[in-house]
Amino acid sequence: MNWTFFISLLWGLWGTVVLSLLTFLFGGIAGFLIAIARISPVKTISMIAAAYIEFMQGMPLLVLMGLCFYGPGIFGYDSLTPLQAATFALTLYASSYLGEIWRGCLQSVAKPQWEAAECLGLTRWQRMRTVILPQALRIATPPTVGFMVQIVKNTSIASLVVGYAELSYNAKIINNSTFQPFLYFGIAALMYFAVCYPLSVQSRALERKLNVANR
Amino acid sequence: MTYEFDFAAVLAYWPLLLEGVWTTLRLTFFCTVFGILIGAFCAVVRTSGPRWARWIVGLYVEFIRNTPLLIQAYFLIFGIASMGFRLPIMVGAVIALTVNIGAYTTEIVRAGIESINRGQLEAAECLGLSKMQTYLHVVIRPALERVYPALSSQYVLLMLASSILSSVGVEELFGISNRIQSDTYRNFEVFVVLGVLYLIMAVVVRAGFSVLGLALFPRRRKLGTPL
Repeated sequence: MNWTFFISLLWGLWGTVVLSLLTFLFGGIAGFLIAIARISPVKTISMIAAAYIEFMQGMPLLVLMGLCFYGPGIFGYDSLTPLQAATFALTLYASSYLGEIWRGCLQSVAKPQWEAAECLGLTRWQRMRTVILPQALRIATPPTVGFMVQIVKNTSIASLVVGYAELSYNAKIINNSTFQPFLYFGIAALMYFAVCYPLSVQSRALERKLNVANR
Repeated sequence: MTYEFDFAAVLAYWPLLLEGVWTTLRLTFFCTVFGILIGAFCAVVRTSGPRWARWIVGLYVEFIRNTPLLIQAYFLIFGIASMGFRLPIMVGAVIALTVNIGAYTTEIVRAGIESINRGQLEAAECLGLSKMQTYLHVVIRPALERVYPALSSQYVLLMLASSILSSVGVEELFGISNRIQSDTYRNFEVFVVLGVLYLIMAVVVRAGFSVLGLALFPRRRKLGTPL
């Protein structure tokens, strides 16, 4: 094994981590808005959010990447860099899943809690912030950490259409010149595993820990 | 200057698109069949096999679920090729996708098996069913019925994920569209058409799974109650 290649894989891992964090940040913000919109009492808003989720989850991430990469240029904006396009597509993708996960968490907060908050004369925003969110957060943590694994894995797709240089991209380039697929893809797989497995374990541990009611 | 959309140029390639749709659906079908077989088998091993076998299945499941499909496909398909075996690319694609989906199916079916009441097993033993009969009729079938909704959405995701195999040269819907892109330079329109096609396919496959569910699990159809 060649150390230059190993360093290159490490740089790829860094690219993967950067893209994952950006996705989680923006996807989380957008996902929160989607979740709120999804439980909105206004029918039109919740329908639009539902349609958005259906739409984003019904097409492959690769197609989303293509649309985000070629789309802005066509509508008269500056073309996006690979990192921007990949972040854009992954944000759309992650927000639809996170929105759906968090909607479930918000709705699983017991109905009397919502009613009691209303009876106390809290405004909608106060009710959300001081009563519902703290309880929903506890339910939401395990599946959210679990979904972070999906995000990390799906960043690998960013190497295909938009050509963002992350771990799989670098591994592929190295393989093209060395023809040692088992070695380099194996190392790349171990690197992904090293990032994802702790998250998976953490998610399961949190689930056990926070599931006090059913223990 | 504004961009003029030209979907006609892309849709003129409809025979190619149809071929891609067909390949994607075929790929999904084979992987669904093999995936369920592997998943059910591994789930049984994971819940009641010998200790070392449980450990191996656990390792397989954890490793597949914590690495991207793309890397798995590169590893398997380029790896097999580097050992000097010549496989048709469709076979390689089915292997890679099946290995991947098998791990997810194992986890889902295992959850189903673990939800089977102990009393059911004891009842089966009292009725004098053999171990095999118990597994088939009392464990696997009700377990599959219980997790069927989760399984079917996992397999719809599999169909969408099969697009990733275009990167190893499989000419399914996404892969075949590369040709249209390089012929017409209408990349954006091609992606819009692809998005619509995949959306339709997702709806159709989901509907197919729910019809199949009604056919496979008559209990629900007859009694109208979930298990």
